[in-house]
Amino acid sequence: MEAFTTHTGRAVPLRRSNVDTDQIIPAHWLKKVTRDGFEDGLFEAWRKDAEFVLNRPERQGATVLVAGPDFGTGSSREHAVWALQNYGFKTVISARFADIFRGNSLKNGLLTVVLPQETVDALWELTEADPTVEITVDLEARKVLAPGIDADFELDENARWRLLNGLDDISLTLQNEGDIAAYEAERPSFKPRTITA
Amino acid sequence: MGRTLAEKVWDDHVVRRAEGEPDLLFIDLHLLHEVTSPQAFDGLRQNGRQVRRLDLTLATEDHNTPTLDIDKPIADPVSRAQLETLRKNCAEFGVRLHPLGDVEQGVVHVVGPQLGLTQPGMTVVCGDSHTSTHGAFGGLAFGIGTSQVEHVLATQTLPMARPKTMAITVDGELPADVTAKDLILAIIARIGTGGGQGYVLEYRGSAIEKLSMEARMTICNMSIEAGARAGMIAPDQTTFDYLEGRPHAPVGEDWDAAVAYWKTLRSDEDAVFDAEVVIDAAALAPFVTWGTNPGQGAPLSANVPDPASYEDPSERLAAEKALEYMGLTAGQPLRDIKVDTVFVGSCTNGRIEDLRNAASLLEGRKVADGVRMLVVPGSVRVALQAVEEGLDKVFKAAGAEWRHAGCSMCLGMNPDQLAPGERSASTSNRNFEGRQGKGGRTHLVSPQVAAATAVLGHLASPADLSDAVTTAGV
Repeated sequence: MEAFTTHTGRAVPLRRSNVDTDQIIPAHWLKKVTRDGFEDGLFEAWRKDAEFVLNRPERQGATVLVAGPDFGTGSSREHAVWALQNYGFKTVISARFADIFRGNSLKNGLLTVVLPQETVDALWELTEADPTVEITVDLEARKVLAPGIDADFELDENARWRLLNGLDDISLTLQNEGDIAAYEAERPSFKPRTITA
Repeated sequence: MGRTLAEKVWDDHVVRRAEGEPDLLFIDLHLLHEVTSPQAFDGLRQNGRQVRRLDLTLATEDHNTPTLDIDKPIADPVSRAQLETLRKNCAEFGVRLHPLGDVEQGVVHVVGPQLGLTQPGMTVVCGDSHTSTHGAFGGLAFGIGTSQVEHVLATQTLPMARPKTMAITVDGELPADVTAKDLILAIIARIGTGGGQGYVLEYRGSAIEKLSMEARMTICNMSIEAGARAGMIAPDQTTFDYLEGRPHAPVGEDWDAAVAYWKTLRSDEDAVFDAEVVIDAAALAPFVTWGTNPGQGAPLSANVPDPASYEDPSERLAAEKALEYMGLTAGQPLRDIKVDTVFVGSCTNGRIEDLRNAASLLEGRKVADGVRMLVVPGSVRVALQAVEEGLDKVFKAAGAEWRHAGCSMCLGMNPDQLAPGERSASTSNRNFEGRQGKGGRTHLVSPQVAAATAVLGHLASPADLSDAVTTAGV
């Protein structure tokens, strides 16, 4: 996983709530068997509208998505995270994220930042007034900084440590092989098996 | 202090607990399908890893599979490649797979329970958000992403933060024609699409206890639409009766030991939930969605809401955008909404009872002119059972299309899709923009409402059907 320490970039204000993963990446894109090449599928239906915020010239090259509440609801497709990353986003800010989407994002180094809706509103106003304004998301200090905005955000220490160091979950878990084997030895015999060894 | 059902199942699966770390949970059953697994198998290969517990892993093909001409090569080359990738991966790593054409093939969340692999007190995961379905048996069942699929394949465990618990108590008697689907749609409308965020929901109360296993699966299936991590229902005699004799259910002494354990899986009297919601079953009515998320629903007898009636600006904007997308006007009676397509199927409502409920209303009636009705059984076993009961004949006689098993029009990854602007009444789980096909408009309904809607051509309940007959008779 790519490590995340701090990132500074221009923003895209997405004034929509309940942006579900079917909007982020429609199902027909899910037939791909790779983790890359999803950038053209990102918000595919909305991007057909020339006025959609992602299509505006002043938003090209922006890397911070500032979205309405309940971002990433619906399907568990990790492709939604890959699509955002493939497009160039490094971080998404929202008042509330769907659980599975958030878990997926943190496993891929896409930092999802939860801020109160008032702060999201302030960021929207800021970037809409001046699209060149840059927002800094500092994971070490757990802060979002922009002109006139200095907002602290929460992220549990373990997730933060993994992100800062770009650690691979599987390698970490396999360090506890002894615990897994011990648990397996104690499992009741009535638990079902899909195949008999 | 007592523990909730969710806490008991969680505690029984903790492999490792350490201060400042998420718990490491053991996974009893890992279900796979073609869409969310290819990148996970690639990860295993790149790191030289194996599947740790093949005996706790099962794959099926469902999302891409066609529901017509299944004996011919799959027309869409990209879909075909994805299914072939799953077959190749399962063969290479030794995973049991039920491919298209196999008698055990079907939607992953229909297949697990019907094989008896889903049992009380288990942890079940799958790279699919509707894994919450399996919680109907009193286990913890989570949808996971592809990175987690790889993690479970490699370690049979998942590091997870302990969720909060929410009790949803439904007491009283559900009125006639009010189904599990209406109940869960009403619950989601009440708590919102983010209302369950961070929680495991436990559905309880006398109305829940009276539900069949299949109805319980419908409820738990849509927990994710309320944003919940999982949904669950305490196992009882209904659960044990459903499981006994299934291919993977325990037998003999193992059965006795299992049942003794399963009977302990109830929230203690003095257990404390982090949140509680109480619903009066008797006050419910057939429920449909009018918007573009599953929380935007209302009783069928209501009108399309006026966005101006929402105090929250973000909800107001969402309602405005939803009406625009859905082509609806505030104040329009929901019953007046005409549909082009009716879809009966999916992991929410593609089981045998759902097909029976729809068929019972179609018997002796016809699908309205200009309406296309697709009936897609959730699995090959469900299809075979339906044929044995003659339900396929009822559907065909009514003018509906009887198809092969799969996810089908729930998400339109196969050729079963809505055309732009087309409107459906669908027994599936998501009414998101474009979910059933680009530009398609979806109303989520129960199988009964789907059948009545197919006959009348507009959103309707079974009661409207008998009214229509009476009127015709006069």
